[in-house]
Amino acid sequence: MFRDAWLIAGKDLRIEMRSRVGLNQIVPFAVTVLVLFAFALDTDQEALRTYAPGLFWVTVLLASLLAIGRSFAVDLADGAADRLLLSGIDPISVFGGKAAAIAVQLVVLEVLLGAGVVLLFDVTVHRYGLLVCAGLAAAAGVATAGTLYGALVAGLGVRETLLPLLLLPVVAPVLIGATRAFQDAFGVAGAEGWAWLGLLAGFAAIYGVFGALSYGALLEEA
Amino acid sequence: MESAVRLRAAVTLLGRFPALAGVDLDISPGEIVLLKGPNGAGKTTLLRLCAGLCTLSTGQGWVLGHDLSSERRMVRRRVALLGHRTGLYDDLTVAENVGFWARAAGAGRQDVDEAMERLSLTGRLADTRVARLSAGQRRRASIASLVVRRPELWLLDEPHAGLDQQTRDTVDALVRGAAAAGATVVLATHELERIAVLEPRVVSVVGGVVRGDDPPDSQSPNSPSDAEDDRRVS
Amino acid sequence: MTTATTESTGSSEGIPATTSSKATKVLGWLTLGGFAVLVALAFAWVPEDTRITEQGDVVGQFDAVRLMFVHVPSAILAYTGFGLTFLASLAYLRWRTDWWDMMAHASAEIGVLFGVLTLVTGSIWGRPTWQTWWEWGDVRLVTTLVMVLVFIGYLAVRRIPADVAVKARRSAVIALVGAVNIVIVNRSVDWWENRTLHQQSTLIARKIRDETLFTLSFSFAVGMVLFAWLLLHRFRTAYLQSQIEELEVNEALAERRAEAGIDESPGGRP
Repeated sequence: MFRDAWLIAGKDLRIEMRSRVGLNQIVPFAVTVLVLFAFALDTDQEALRTYAPGLFWVTVLLASLLAIGRSFAVDLADGAADRLLLSGIDPISVFGGKAAAIAVQLVVLEVLLGAGVVLLFDVTVHRYGLLVCAGLAAAAGVATAGTLYGALVAGLGVRETLLPLLLLPVVAPVLIGATRAFQDAFGVAGAEGWAWLGLLAGFAAIYGVFGALSYGALLEEA
Repeated sequence: MESAVRLRAAVTLLGRFPALAGVDLDISPGEIVLLKGPNGAGKTTLLRLCAGLCTLSTGQGWVLGHDLSSERRMVRRRVALLGHRTGLYDDLTVAENVGFWARAAGAGRQDVDEAMERLSLTGRLADTRVARLSAGQRRRASIASLVVRRPELWLLDEPHAGLDQQTRDTVDALVRGAAAAGATVVLATHELERIAVLEPRVVSVVGGVVRGDDPPDSQSPNSPSDAEDDRRVS
Repeated sequence: MTTATTESTGSSEGIPATTSSKATKVLGWLTLGGFAVLVALAFAWVPEDTRITEQGDVVGQFDAVRLMFVHVPSAILAYTGFGLTFLASLAYLRWRTDWWDMMAHASAEIGVLFGVLTLVTGSIWGRPTWQTWWEWGDVRLVTTLVMVLVFIGYLAVRRIPADVAVKARRSAVIALVGAVNIVIVNRSVDWWENRTLHQQSTLIARKIRDETLFTLSFSFAVGMVLFAWLLLHRFRTAYLQSQIEELEVNEALAERRAEAGIDESPGGRP
């Protein structure tokens, strides 16, 4: 099971490293969104610092839609999705592998975007441990929920418009939790960062279990 | 011995279109069966049904002894379907693609080397990204990634379409090799004369129904693009 | 209300030509009558909400409190609808029958309808009471909003043409995720603001007047009858639709077989 998940994750990540769609398109897109936020909020450095955590996570969620869509588009491009079904790999492994690959990409995105926020919005990090843990947990949560919904809409003609509608309301708790944790880590608000980390971890665990259990039923439909 | 394929009044709906409208078919293990029929007759859907990729709307079916209604996952891992799409990843090299599908099927390093050798995908070609290959090379790579799975039932959908002479010969060799190894082969093709030397059983498919066995004859090939290829269950 | 569909005995295929029946007619008239009584009670019988503080000031919600009789039952019906969708989806995945799938579909639509009504009336009520159309600090309002959005997505998926079984399975998974999600959203929004503007359990503490309490209970009853009436009609519409689709498929099947040159003997060999 883990061997197959590892195989799928390795394949997805290798394709992303080769094609560089993430680095050449998704990351620049995310940085652009940050810049637009700065324009929208005026040149008020104080406001940007205050809202930096929320803006950061809204940007990550928007970019994650692209990464999730891409992960499934690669399989659909030339019939590989059918072959994955035919390979006999356990759906749980496929789910785990794809979610892990998406999570790794999101973490890379978070690191690059985090640097962007520090530079552009002039924030300073007070608690590195919290920052790292919250970043990882949120990536896991978005990746598990995203993989579940990505598979659900994969193969549908309207997947580009349907994925945001389905996924964004569901990951709202991640936005709330991760924003609060980052507010604490950036020292802009005295939130209880570690408690929020618990919510993020719980979210990732629930969607991990749920996704693994229902992925088979979704894949059945071929 | 049980049938390789056994369909009884099999109906498959693609959306609301009955691609298969009540198919009865028996194929014994080790047989080579040629599906003949006009475009849109349901040949592609029939092959996909046998692969466990399409659902049985009504009727019954068994492939390699597994029920098509309840054990499709068992069916899937024992068959190989060569469709119009290659099932390859453009950004990976030929060796990486074949290696990935081999590991997914639990095959070893040696199976990969053997398959690559057999389909002349050695040397520089092995380390070329699939995106840079010609149509014929892609098809060979696609076949290699199926060969590693050692399927018991080969389902070939227009395997000759749009290929150069060398690759067509490779496809023929594949069918011969599979048959020699005892596998069952079901193929849909318009190139009847190429396959005639293998003395297949010819089954004619019309209007989503199997019309019964026909003697092999060489009818003029239609256009290879099947209208139903783009109709997929989603 | 009940006579939206014309009476007829049914078509030649044995498919009823209407979603109306004796039961729905009774429910329909009950709803209508109940609603008339509710309006009378709410406007004529229940006094306006006022209190006199120790300083002698008159405070309270005044006439705005009457919105309660629409807002609160709407919210309950919305959650009844979503809850029913959840249960029906669970039942579908267990037994895989179309009946449960249609039940999930029908109740989800009614849930969204009342969910939107809840949000609108809540907003209107919030204006005079909280001096704002929308209050982000209120957990129940925000939770309901997210819930409605999730089920709008659910209905969007249901609208995509697909194989019946495929669509049903896909929808059932979304409904289950949506229901799990509502708990997470509720908890996280609660912690997010850690306060709520809603009057906490005024019902149980019996701080409200008897007239108000009676009318509120009455509005629940009327709401439930309305819910049953809508559900029956919607379910029957879904059933009729599935029958039409079945006819269409059979027709297409016959056509396809004619193409093959076979006469009509279903499942038979040529």
